[in-house]
Amino acid sequence: MAIFLDEHSRVVVQGMTGSEGSKHTRRMLAAGTQVVGGVNARKAGTSVDFDDVSLPVFGTVAEAMEQTGANVSVLFVPPAFTKDAVIEAVDAGIGLAVVITEGVPVHDTARFWAHAQGKRTRIIGPNCPGIISPGKSNAGIIPADITKPGSIGLVSKSGTLTYQLMHELKDFGFTTCVGIGGDPIVGTTHIDAIAAFEADPETELIVMIGEIGGDAEERAAEFVRDNVSKPVVGYVAGFTAPEGRTMGHAGAIVSGSSGTAEAKKQAMEAVGIKVGRTPSETAALARSILTS
Amino acid sequence: MDLFEHEARDLFERYGVPVPRGFVADTPESAREAAAKLGGTVVVKAQVKTGGRGKAGGIKLATSPEEAAAAASVILGMDIKGHTVHKVLVTEASEIAEEYYLSFLLDRANRTFIAMASATGGMEIEEMADTITRMPASSFDAAAVFSPSVADEVNAVASALWKVFVSEDATLVEVNPLALTKSGRIVALDGKVTLDDNAAFRHSRTDSGAQGDPLEVRAAEKGLNYVKLDGTVGVIGNGAGLVMSTLDVVALAGAQPANFLDIGGGASAQVMADGLDVVLSDPSVRSVFVNVFGGITACDAVAGGIVQALGLLGDRADKPLVVRLDGNNAEAGHRILDQARHPLITVAHTMDDAAGRAAALAGAGEES
Repeated sequence: MAIFLDEHSRVVVQGMTGSEGSKHTRRMLAAGTQVVGGVNARKAGTSVDFDDVSLPVFGTVAEAMEQTGANVSVLFVPPAFTKDAVIEAVDAGIGLAVVITEGVPVHDTARFWAHAQGKRTRIIGPNCPGIISPGKSNAGIIPADITKPGSIGLVSKSGTLTYQLMHELKDFGFTTCVGIGGDPIVGTTHIDAIAAFEADPETELIVMIGEIGGDAEERAAEFVRDNVSKPVVGYVAGFTAPEGRTMGHAGAIVSGSSGTAEAKKQAMEAVGIKVGRTPSETAALARSILTS
Repeated sequence: MDLFEHEARDLFERYGVPVPRGFVADTPESAREAAAKLGGTVVVKAQVKTGGRGKAGGIKLATSPEEAAAAASVILGMDIKGHTVHKVLVTEASEIAEEYYLSFLLDRANRTFIAMASATGGMEIEEMADTITRMPASSFDAAAVFSPSVADEVNAVASALWKVFVSEDATLVEVNPLALTKSGRIVALDGKVTLDDNAAFRHSRTDSGAQGDPLEVRAAEKGLNYVKLDGTVGVIGNGAGLVMSTLDVVALAGAQPANFLDIGGGASAQVMADGLDVVLSDPSVRSVFVNVFGGITACDAVAGGIVQALGLLGDRADKPLVVRLDGNNAEAGHRILDQARHPLITVAHTMDDAAGRAAALAGAGEES
C-alpha cells in the first residue's frame, strides 16, 4: 500500500508544455507514472511527444479528467497563475493536486486553500518536490531512482533532505515519501501524512523531517502522542539559524523565540519520537528500530 | 521584506490610516527643517529594522528645531543591535491618553489571517501577551476589546489597515502603539509592516533593505540565496533544508558556519563560481564546505562546475574546499574531482566526515 498516490493514479500535468513541466513529465513517465495528459488553455487540442508516448493537451482540468480519468494533477504553473490553476483543479473535483511551483504569494495560497475546504481535493505544496510511492507512481520532481518500495513512510518540509534520507535508507525502501514544502502555508501537513501512514498497513516506521519556522512540528508531536502507535523518527534542520532571517524557504524563519529547532526537537522527544542530530544519525535511528 | 517605520507610516497614510505628520531626515540640518515645518514639540526616531529603539536611546523628544537637530546628531550613526542608523523620522508629538495594540498577521497553523488587539499597548508584544485578543481577520470587531467610546473609530482604522494588508500582500501589519490622543483622535504612532517577497511581481516596490551586510548585497545582486553568519566555515549547498542541516552539522563538528548559501537545483559552473566568489571574499572564512545531494542535479555537472569555478577565480580562490557529493552521478563527480587534482580540494564521502574536515581546516579548537 501507499498513501495519497499509487499504481492506479492517473496524472495530468498543469503546465506540461513549459520547460520544467515537460522535463519532469518525461521523468515521471520514465518512473512508470501513468501520465495521461497536460492542461494548457492556449494549447488545447495539441499534443506533446515524449520518448514513447504522445500526450494530449486539454483546455481545462475538467476536460482532461473526463477524457482520461485523471485523478491527480501536478502543477508546474508560474507563481502568478498558480492560484487560479489550483482553484480550477479543485472545482473540477480532482482528488489530489500537487503544487510544485515555488514563489507563490502566501495570500494566494491562503485563498486556494480556503477554497478547497469542504471539497474533495487534497492539496500538497506549494513550493514542494511532490510525492512518490516508489515502484508505483511519482507525482512531482523527486528522483525515482534513489530507492525502492519498502516499509518506511517519510514526510518532509525539505526536498533535498528527503532525497538524503531516502538515499541513506535505500536498502529498506519506502511506502511513500511526501514533500509538503517549506512555505508558511501548505496544503497537506505533517499531521495529514502521519495519520495516513499510521493507517497504512505496509508502513512500519514513519520519518518526519522538519525545519525552523511555525509550529507544525510541535503540533505533529502532539498528534503522534495521541494517535500514533508506529515508531516515529525525526529530524529538524536549522539549529544554527539566526533569529529573524529567512533561510531559503519562505517559511523557514525564527521569529522572536518561536519556531526554533530546539523547541521542535524537544516537543518531538517529549512524546517519544527519536530525533537525530544529523541526517545520518536519523537514518541510523530508523535502521536500528527496523532491524530490532 | 520588513519596512522601515517611515515607509510603514507612508503606506498607512496612503490607505487612510491616521498617522502623525512627519518627515524623514538623514542629517541634523534636515531634522531641524522638519521640526520647523511641523512646529511645536516633535519626536525624533531612529529608523532601524529592529525593536528596542527606545531603550537604546534612539527616540528623543525635542521642543525646538535646534533640539531636534541635536537629537538627530546623537541618533544618526548610532548602532542599535547591530543596525546602524542612517535616517530618523521626525514627527509631531502626540499627547497620549491611552495606548492600544492592533495587528493583522498570517496564522500559519490555521492557514489563514488573524487580527490581534489589546487595549493595553505601547510595550514589547511579549510583555502584553496575556492581554491580547486574537480573532479571525474577517470577523474583527473592536467592540470585543475596546471601550464603546472608541470602538467605532478603531474599527475604521482596522478596516484601513486590513486594506493595507491585502492590497500590499503583507504578512504582518502591526500598530504599536495605536494611541488615543487627549484630543480624542485615534492615531497609529508606530508601525511595523512585513511584505511577502513572493508577491513582489505584482507590486512596484523599492527594496530599502540594501543597507545590509555588503556580502549579502553582493550575493543578492547575483541572485544568490545567501545569509551572512558569524563563523569561519563557508557553506555552499543545494536545497534550503540541506544547507540548514549542513550549518548544523558544521556546528556539531565544533566550528561555526560563516554563511548560508543555497545554490538551488541547477548548480551550473557559473552559479558555483558566483557562490564561491562571494563565500571566499568573506575574510572570516577559513575553509569551505560544498555539500551537494544530486537529486535532479547531476553531481558530475557540479564537480565540473567547482573545477571550472576555481579556474575562473584564479588567485582569488585561496582557501581549502571540502566537497561532499552524493546521489545522482556521484561517482562520475568524484572522478572529475580526482582527475583535477586541485590542491585546494578535499573529497569527503559523508556529510559528517566532511564537516569534521572542514572544521579542522578552519582551525576549530584553536585560539582565534
